[in-house]
Amino acid sequence: MNYHWDWMFFFQETDDGLKYYDWILSGLGWTTFVSLASLVVALILGSVLGVMRTTPKRWLVGLGDAYVDLFRNVPLIVQLFMWFFVVPELVPENIGLWMKQDLPYFVIAIVGLGLYTAARIAEQVKAGINSLSRGQRFAGLALGFTEWQTYRYVRLPMAYRIVLPALTSEAMNIFKNSAVTYAVGILELYFQYKQIIEKTSQVLEITIVVTLCYFVLAFVMNRILAFVEARTRVPGLIVGTKGSK
Amino acid sequence: MIEINNVSKWYGSFQVLTDCTTQVSKSEVVVVCGPSGSGKSTLIKCVNALEPFQQGSIVVNGIAVQDPKTDLPKLRAKVGMVFQNFELFPHMTITDNLAIAQIKVLGRSRDEAVDKGLKLLDRVGLKAQAAKFPGQLSGGQQQRVAIARALAMDPICMLFDEPTSALDPEMINEVLDVMVQLAHEGMTMMCVTHEMGFARKVANRVIFMDRGAIVEDAAKEDFFGQPRSERAQAFLAKILNH
Amino acid sequence: MSDFDFSVIVQNWAFLAEGLRYTLQVTVTAMIGGILIGTVLALMRLSSITPLQWFAAGYVNIFRSVPLVQVILAFYLILPLVLQMITGKQIPIGAANSAYFTFTIFEAAYYSEIMRSGIQSVPRGQVGAGYALGFTYGQAMRYVVLPQAFRNMLPVLLTQTIILFQDVSLVYAIGATDFFGAADKITQRDLRPVEMYTTVAVVYFIICFTLSRLVKWLQSHIAIIR
Repeated sequence: MNYHWDWMFFFQETDDGLKYYDWILSGLGWTTFVSLASLVVALILGSVLGVMRTTPKRWLVGLGDAYVDLFRNVPLIVQLFMWFFVVPELVPENIGLWMKQDLPYFVIAIVGLGLYTAARIAEQVKAGINSLSRGQRFAGLALGFTEWQTYRYVRLPMAYRIVLPALTSEAMNIFKNSAVTYAVGILELYFQYKQIIEKTSQVLEITIVVTLCYFVLAFVMNRILAFVEARTRVPGLIVGTKGSK
Repeated sequence: MIEINNVSKWYGSFQVLTDCTTQVSKSEVVVVCGPSGSGKSTLIKCVNALEPFQQGSIVVNGIAVQDPKTDLPKLRAKVGMVFQNFELFPHMTITDNLAIAQIKVLGRSRDEAVDKGLKLLDRVGLKAQAAKFPGQLSGGQQQRVAIARALAMDPICMLFDEPTSALDPEMINEVLDVMVQLAHEGMTMMCVTHEMGFARKVANRVIFMDRGAIVEDAAKEDFFGQPRSERAQAFLAKILNH
Repeated sequence: MSDFDFSVIVQNWAFLAEGLRYTLQVTVTAMIGGILIGTVLALMRLSSITPLQWFAAGYVNIFRSVPLVQVILAFYLILPLVLQMITGKQIPIGAANSAYFTFTIFEAAYYSEIMRSGIQSVPRGQVGAGYALGFTYGQAMRYVVLPQAFRNMLPVLLTQTIILFQDVSLVYAIGATDFFGAADKITQRDLRPVEMYTTVAVVYFIICFTLSRLVKWLQSHIAIIR
């Protein structure tokens, strides 16, 4: 095989005076930032949607169901292009102009990825709440809790514990999905990967390094949530059978 | 204290309660019994509006529960309820289980709530378990905690929905003992239960339900002496020879 | 919204349809190939031969922790290198063809996890019953375990295929003309992003929504049969 291995190219200077490993580090930074920010958006919105879908109010359930159907059945890259190139044309002109000119584009990317992931989180949260016995809600109500208080103090704390393994894999997925934001101009890890290949054609080395980066990101997230799982574990209670891997 | 007037309830087209009328006066203990599926659990859940009903009225301490203007959380906070499956909150310690509603619903301070909770825990004989979680207690212990949790709200009456049905036989008495003690202290109680020994000991009246209707509503002595309806006789014969 | 120009869609429909056809071809190829390879991987993972277990576990874990766009680009670039190494000749493959290969290999990792949990959902006694009838391991798998596992897992396999169908849009990374790529290329030329991207979103939604409802229906019917 006449492939020319060269691990040292990472320390070579690039056109902009940085080294190639600087590009990777900067990409890693953007990937982490976009992923974590999207995860926050997704957790908040996904929880609200998940709760809505378990209430006795039919219109709230319908609204939550419609959201999940919509955002799960359109590819992520198409959703991002909709937010960047279609929505600004459909909203009133001054808002559209503001979206195109003043709103930092990474905000749109974060919101886009967050809204996409929220649909998945909503599914998990709903499943978690529905796995609790009806009696838990009754017990809360019988003590004088409002419907909202039964969620706040009784149902959600248990639901989150139950779906933590599933949430862990969603949180690990978001790093991978964030790679798609390169298509709307986010200079994250995959963007840098593509750029370095174009400049150096050291495909194999950079593929190995970037793969390891994604591996490490997913692994760190996994450990953090395993720690959360251990800290929130309830003595004497067996929740599910599968731990995080 | 509790007035149930002509209550009927349907699930879709299936009628689960038919024209139920009865009442529980202050300091009275009323036992509701009947075969499974007779609607007794549904009826008791209607009393604090955990289950909605379509016809009739229920008035608790002068407040109509079916009235849309009624502040249900406020009403329910005054009506204690104990469930078949205990329904302690599994993610909280026993202390927190006892305190949470006092703090969040009644607005008591944490110290006050914990203090009150621990006193009641002592009363049901479980003071040593305060720091544990529900999953670490036996069924009988959990149910005693559940009773203490309801009492911590200073209820004006207590509803028991088959409190011993999910328990192993050797644990039934420890729960019944607490209930008997409560009855002797003059608590107003409505109990769905098959424990006829308990009924004989403390009940003032016994209600027998079948197929969603109140078939018999009699003083304890009359009920056990000579039930009027054949269905109640058959039920008693079955349960007492058990 | 008032100047939404349907004629742009009508004019370019043939090109879009061509893209959609490519998307469907990749989906079906990767589904069939992915399930076959995935089943082999699952059997390796559940076998008692340690090197096979390791190989399957490594395969699955690597592909499941890397973004698909990266795999698409990497394979597109590395595949010609590998072929050159084997044949000694330069063989141009092209973006469109390399995607068939990439998606088959990539999806195999996901299908294999589904097959694995499907196989594990079949009670162990079933294998024993197979052995008792004189079946070999292969026969017990082929005639007893896999048919049951496949039925248990059918809804999940189909759901994964709907995800795969959506994921084909990521061949954007190597410039292949799938359904989304076709719309994107028309947009570059005609500058009608609203019409083009909306069309893609709506068509994707209709297809995926219908299929996922179908899966739900299937799920409830399988549940009744059992």
